[in-house]
Amino acid sequence: MKARVHIMLKTGVLDPQGEAVRHALGTLGFGGVKGVRQGKVIELDLADDATEAQVTEMCEKLLANTVIESYTVEMS
Amino acid sequence: MHAAVIVFPGSNCDRDLAVALESAGARVSMVWHKDTNLPEGIDLIAIPGGFSFGDYLRCGAIAANSPICRAVVAHGEKGGYVLGICNGFQVLTETGLLPGALLRNAGLKYICKPVELTVETTNSPYTERYSAGQTITVPIAHHDGNYHCDADTLAQLRGEDRVAFRYVNTPNGALDDIAGILSPNRRVLGMMPHPERMAEPAHGGSDGAAMFAGLVDDLVTA
Repeated sequence: MKARVHIMLKTGVLDPQGEAVRHALGTLGFGGVKGVRQGKVIELDLADDATEAQVTEMCEKLLANTVIESYTVEMS
Repeated sequence: MHAAVIVFPGSNCDRDLAVALESAGARVSMVWHKDTNLPEGIDLIAIPGGFSFGDYLRCGAIAANSPICRAVVAHGEKGGYVLGICNGFQVLTETGLLPGALLRNAGLKYICKPVELTVETTNSPYTERYSAGQTITVPIAHHDGNYHCDADTLAQLRGEDRVAFRYVNTPNGALDDIAGILSPNRRVLGMMPHPERMAEPAHGGSDGAAMFAGLVDDLVTA
């Protein structure tokens, strides 16, 4: 069983890295990029009986800092 | 007064912090992150600056979940004194002993330079030797020092006089110019600037020394 966790800074939390990427895209001539938000993806290789609830607990305890980040879990 | 300085892989201000505490009269034990217990009779836990665990995942996140940090949290929760400087501040927010989080600097650059701070409150063992509103010069050295918290937390920090230090000219985008904050019982302090790097004249200034002197004095007489 695999899980993929997407972690993003919450809306309203400044993302200076995303802003730098947006600026660089403009410099390269890509017009019309109104905003860039940069996050991270964590892939977990899990035991066959792993549950989404367990991955959510991992997110709450370690993978995400819920003060500033939101996350979504995809199981496959 | 007996202080424990916690050492993680990647800590690099642990010895500086120990020297500053010892100069102020403390007895210091260095405690490795894999230890599960603190030495008997610890009065203060000091979490040093550096790059614990290479800043992997998030600054301070892995350290905050290391074995010794369970003892650190227990010490803080039962009313013990805890000081976190720079990466130590990041660790304290990750453990939840202090609210908020430290984001990437707004200008994206790692900044290493002396900065001016305003002492916002003298109502804490860390700041009682300063005068309210005093400007002190202490160096910063961080990439992720941009303090952030939600509006309710900020109102609480302000209302309870828990902002210990503010930047005179905020270098990193920190919310409300916050450089350091206190816990509700005022015994846990987290700050991004490094008072231990400005603690004796050979450092180029000694504005940080009063913090350690006040703290040690308080705990000796406690």
